[in-house]
Amino acid sequence: MAKELIRLRDCTMVFDDDVVLNKINLSIKDNEFLTLLGPSGCGKTTTLRIIGGFVKPTSGDVFFNGVRINDVPPHKRTVNTVFQKYALFPHLDVYENIAFGLRINRHEGRRLSKDEIHSRVMEMLEIVSLKGFEHRDVTSLSGGQQQRVAIARALVNRPKVLLLDEPLGALDLRLRKDMQIELKRIQEATGITFVYVTHDQEEALSMSDTVVVMDGGVIQQIGTPEDIYNEPVNAFVADFIGESNIVDGIMIEDGVVEIFGKKFACLDAGFAPNEPVDVVIRPEDVDIVDIKDGMLTGTVTNVTFKGVHYDVIVDFKGFKWLIQTTDYCPVNSRIGIKIDPDGIHVMHKSQYSGMFGDYSSYSAEYEEISDAELGPEETVSEDKLYEA
Amino acid sequence: MKLKYLSAPYIVWMALFVVAPVIIVVVYAFTSAAGEFTFDNFAKMGGYVSVFSRSFLLAIISTAICIIIGYPVAYILSKERARQQRILIMLIMLPMWMNFLLRTYAWMSILENTGLLNRLLTLLGLPAVNIINTPTAIVIGMVYNFLPFMILPIYSVIVKIDRSLIEAAQDLGANAVTVFRRVIFPLSLPGVFSGITMVFVPAVSTFVISQLLGGGANMLLGDLIEMQFLGAAYNPHLGSAIALVMMVIVMICMWLMNKFGAGGEEAVML
Repeated sequence: MAKELIRLRDCTMVFDDDVVLNKINLSIKDNEFLTLLGPSGCGKTTTLRIIGGFVKPTSGDVFFNGVRINDVPPHKRTVNTVFQKYALFPHLDVYENIAFGLRINRHEGRRLSKDEIHSRVMEMLEIVSLKGFEHRDVTSLSGGQQQRVAIARALVNRPKVLLLDEPLGALDLRLRKDMQIELKRIQEATGITFVYVTHDQEEALSMSDTVVVMDGGVIQQIGTPEDIYNEPVNAFVADFIGESNIVDGIMIEDGVVEIFGKKFACLDAGFAPNEPVDVVIRPEDVDIVDIKDGMLTGTVTNVTFKGVHYDVIVDFKGFKWLIQTTDYCPVNSRIGIKIDPDGIHVMHKSQYSGMFGDYSSYSAEYEEISDAELGPEETVSEDKLYEA
Repeated sequence: MKLKYLSAPYIVWMALFVVAPVIIVVVYAFTSAAGEFTFDNFAKMGGYVSVFSRSFLLAIISTAICIIIGYPVAYILSKERARQQRILIMLIMLPMWMNFLLRTYAWMSILENTGLLNRLLTLLGLPAVNIINTPTAIVIGMVYNFLPFMILPIYSVIVKIDRSLIEAAQDLGANAVTVFRRVIFPLSLPGVFSGITMVFVPAVSTFVISQLLGGGANMLLGDLIEMQFLGAAYNPHLGSAIALVMMVIVMICMWLMNKFGAGGEEAVML
């Protein structure tokens, strides 16, 4: 068990009567890759800025290695940040940007010599694959390259913790995937604790050791990516992480849940008898079978080809489910479905009950619209520059 | 595209009021009263070396003082809240809404031997000072009149510095002094260069301030040129030659400054 490095205790943040963070408790371990995940305005960036020292919590305490650091200014914290828009110094070239922290600080109690600075900067350039760029003007670099400079500038100081504020947000999809692998590699190679902020659930799942799902200034769930995906605590987490059908159910007894008046076997236990619950069924956990073998029967209303599978929307008594299957079912056909006990996850009712998990408004265009949010910037040129 | 026709009025304006006068000045500078080509006008300028050097010296001193006062003011201003900033900018601009001559006359009555300053000093039992009709009075007048032109460009560059750059520097271990020295100051230099241009050019060519506050003994280039056009010494050819030489020197100064201030593209005002 790695030791605890950072602890936030009951951290609350209020800006102009607006509660941005509400009694956050969080423990970050040494060498951990921890991701703060949530929609915009959920308080994830504020949490990061509290750790970085740029804002002080209205109430609550921040500990680093067991020492309270609420009043320690950012320049005295052994934490470095990769900012959302990189924040590279425009008046300095790549080399000087990276050397900035080395030039102004004492390291291990003394000033570094020119040669030491040089070798550390060159080593960093190597790590972020920017050799040969040292005397380039930072404003002439592509987004992906600026990103690497920002990471190098932070890592060269060998911080205990690296804070990353949506560092891949401005990059196009392909470059983002490459950088995810790169970041994970750097994290493993250096053993530095990463605290990573993102609103991209896929990014969070694929990179993190621990995911912290936040909404409305409150931590909804902390767990490994598998926990968060397989055992979401409430409808918000289930919906935010991946696709999910969330339906009302009644927990008859341990291992039996009733959905649409039918009893289903499940693996969940520990609920009160006949407790109303939210039931999550992931689209990939539903098997399409013959009507006569089906636990439930419904009508197909929409089929979209997705490459690996079809997205099938099935109407069950007015409630629409998303099912992902490799079998083609024509629209308007009647089908039966079967769900294995481990495909059902039961959650207590929460403030989010009834808000998510219905695919009634599903349309094929929906996916494209949400992709378009990523922004068209640099999409093509970026790739080319990066490859060159 | 059709849009380019929109620039026509501007081009006409520039041609009429900038290019044409410069051509006229050049033509005058190289001709005699009889209209013949000559270098005589430039030869005659040898007698005015002291006026040239005094003008440039006082302009440089005034510009330097404007930086020393203006930079901290601009910096402090940029740190205020948005509302306070607007009010303070108003206060800085306010005197500029008053007539330039009037402002300079006001300084006359302050600096005169029997003026406000000396009366105050006498009241406090201190010896009176003689400032009026000295180069000091001219410098005071210039600094007073041109200071806003130093503060505003510096201020506008500093407020535009991305807040995240300052946070990035703090994050990398810079204390307040280092943040200023390594980030804010270098990034504010374009504003300083604009300010220098906007103060130095009018300061080197001023004539009202020197006449009203400097008396007859401290003639500056502006006065000399004015004399050649409006004064008893009427000689527009010599006046044009002096104006031309001054212009060239100023342009060289600006060019040098921009060269040393590499990266200060925004400072190129000429």
